[in-house]
Amino acid sequence: MSDLQSSPSAAGKATDEAPVVATAGANASSAQASAERSFLPQSTLLRHLLVLLGSAVLAVALLELSTPYQNSQLATLTYYAIAAGGLTVLTGMNGQISLGHGALMAAGAYTTALLLDADEPLPLPVVLLASVLVAVAIGALVGVAAARLHGPYLAGATLALAVGLPGLAIYFHDIFGGEQGMRVRAPQAPEAFESFIDVVSGNNASSTKWLAYLGTICLLITYFFLANLVRSRIGRTWRAVRDQEVAAELAGINLGAWRVLAFVVSAAAAGLAGAVLALVVRLAAPSGFTLVLSLSLLTAIVLGGLGSLVGALLGSALLVFLPPFARDMGASFGLDQTEAAQVAPFVYGVVLIVVMIFVPAGFVGTIRLRRMNAKAKKAMAQAAADAAGRR
Amino acid sequence: MDYFVNVTITGLTQGMIYAAFALALVLIWRSTRIVNFAQGSMAAATTFIALSLIQAGASYWVALVVALASGFVLGAIVERVIIRPVEGGPELNAVIVTLGLFVAIQAAIAIIFGSSFQSFPTPFGVRGFEIGETTIPLTPTSLYVIGAVLVTMALLVALFRFTRVGLAMRASAFSQEVARLLGVKVGGMLTLGWGLAAVVGSLSGLLIAGGTFVYPAYMDSLIVFGFVAAIIGGLDSPVGAIVGGLILGLALSYVSGYAPRGSALVTISALVILIGVLLVRPGGLFSSTTARRA
Repeated sequence: MSDLQSSPSAAGKATDEAPVVATAGANASSAQASAERSFLPQSTLLRHLLVLLGSAVLAVALLELSTPYQNSQLATLTYYAIAAGGLTVLTGMNGQISLGHGALMAAGAYTTALLLDADEPLPLPVVLLASVLVAVAIGALVGVAAARLHGPYLAGATLALAVGLPGLAIYFHDIFGGEQGMRVRAPQAPEAFESFIDVVSGNNASSTKWLAYLGTICLLITYFFLANLVRSRIGRTWRAVRDQEVAAELAGINLGAWRVLAFVVSAAAAGLAGAVLALVVRLAAPSGFTLVLSLSLLTAIVLGGLGSLVGALLGSALLVFLPPFARDMGASFGLDQTEAAQVAPFVYGVVLIVVMIFVPAGFVGTIRLRRMNAKAKKAMAQAAADAAGRR
Repeated sequence: MDYFVNVTITGLTQGMIYAAFALALVLIWRSTRIVNFAQGSMAAATTFIALSLIQAGASYWVALVVALASGFVLGAIVERVIIRPVEGGPELNAVIVTLGLFVAIQAAIAIIFGSSFQSFPTPFGVRGFEIGETTIPLTPTSLYVIGAVLVTMALLVALFRFTRVGLAMRASAFSQEVARLLGVKVGGMLTLGWGLAAVVGSLSGLLIAGGTFVYPAYMDSLIVFGFVAAIIGGLDSPVGAIVGGLILGLALSYVSGYAPRGSALVTISALVILIGVLLVRPGGLFSSTTARRA
């Protein structure tokens, strides 16, 4: 890999190998999956709608059976998961790494904060949509530059974005409130929500619960959209661009345009995540969008398995439920509060290293690889038996 | 006019530090084709080691030597234990591993040394020299910074040009297979290369810390600046890294010195410069290879 002359070919070899293991989570073939699990319908859209419905029921049950504190944890989970979902599509499906998703989330969060700050705020769906659009605009701008970069170059450029963009909030402190950030006025829950909660469980329809539901709705819509997208022609094209640049280009695929599209879709998810974050945390401040946020998202998707939405969800759950656990563990070792708060990032870093060295496919990817290997072995045994029988 | 000279000298001094940091990135990139995003937190770790020595009563120079030595050990260990398994593999995996290292070391520093701001001493004064009546904005500290980086670079050039080890390192960076056939222990050379790069990185960390405050994340912006400087120079060229560092140092100093409230704009201007360079010449200004797509 070091020789100047041979490095292009070595790099080529590396990219051939890359998707096979590290992004195995992205490569489930939907046709096979549906043939095997015959109880689910053949149509991708119908199947995803069924899963969506099931998840919605499950989410309501989960939110109603948990305590108010757990409700707020789940609200946190939703914005991590939305952003991680977008990132896993970008990195796993299209092979582009981004360390700038924290900055894109900041764009969404500040848009929400600004729009809700008006005397007569716009309706919430419009605010969320506007946040998505702002993130999309920035994402498109970055994506155009990113489409020409790969690997470490892209990582460095997006790293600069993550470190640099929050500085703008400080520079324009008249608008964005500088270091202090902006308080976000969370909108009231509609009447319909209160009567819905009353019918379902009779629990107290608090504003925390409303925000958790809001996040969950955004999460489900995002994942439904992304799941359909990656199983479509668009998703297949992204994987072609990721795996075989030359072959994809020969097949008439415009590499740059598809990379920009992937970045834009991913930025849209990050923008929505930022909007939900602003509502849940009720604050949009530069300190909320540090480099560690972007790297935590990366940890989530690497741990879950690059390219897998289920993996992104599982990884996000780690981001929510690990810090309290790690803090307690740190405290039990006699660390004070600020030191104990650093145990979680330490674990993230170690997880990134260990997962990449030992199980680069991540959680979901490893399971998929196992299943594919088992299937291949079975098919080979079958073929051997057939051949023996014929003889 | 005075102000302009002042800003320029600040820019050159900062640029020297960026150049040293970029040089550390380039050293690693040439030998292993990996951008070490953990370089900043590794340097921060050695800076904190030096700081705790100084607080315990040791002199600045003892602390400096110990910090550089521990930087070498840290770099070598990191290469052997963590980087070796992903060397030559998919580039995304190596990027993610160094990022993990970056987060882990930064958090470890905060756990061990605390995350408060602590002042870091400088061995020389920060008052400008006086010539007759006028004070010129060149301070002994900036002379020390520039001198330290220049001496380090001269030592590196001497190592690579005039010693057998340097030759072996260049050989294994040029072609691992051929070097191995000729009896070079390539693995050892890579470890040595990472160790040396960590020494240079640590030096830049110590220099930028001098006279200011340090905290676990104080190297975050230097990673960005070092990376941008290395990219301007093309990642492959040590001379490019130095020129890139100086260009960036001057540019950022002018932004910070002349734009209203410019200090908040420094990082974002680094981003703009980076994107600009990558869009115009994806291989950097000093790239020699034309086939590589950046």
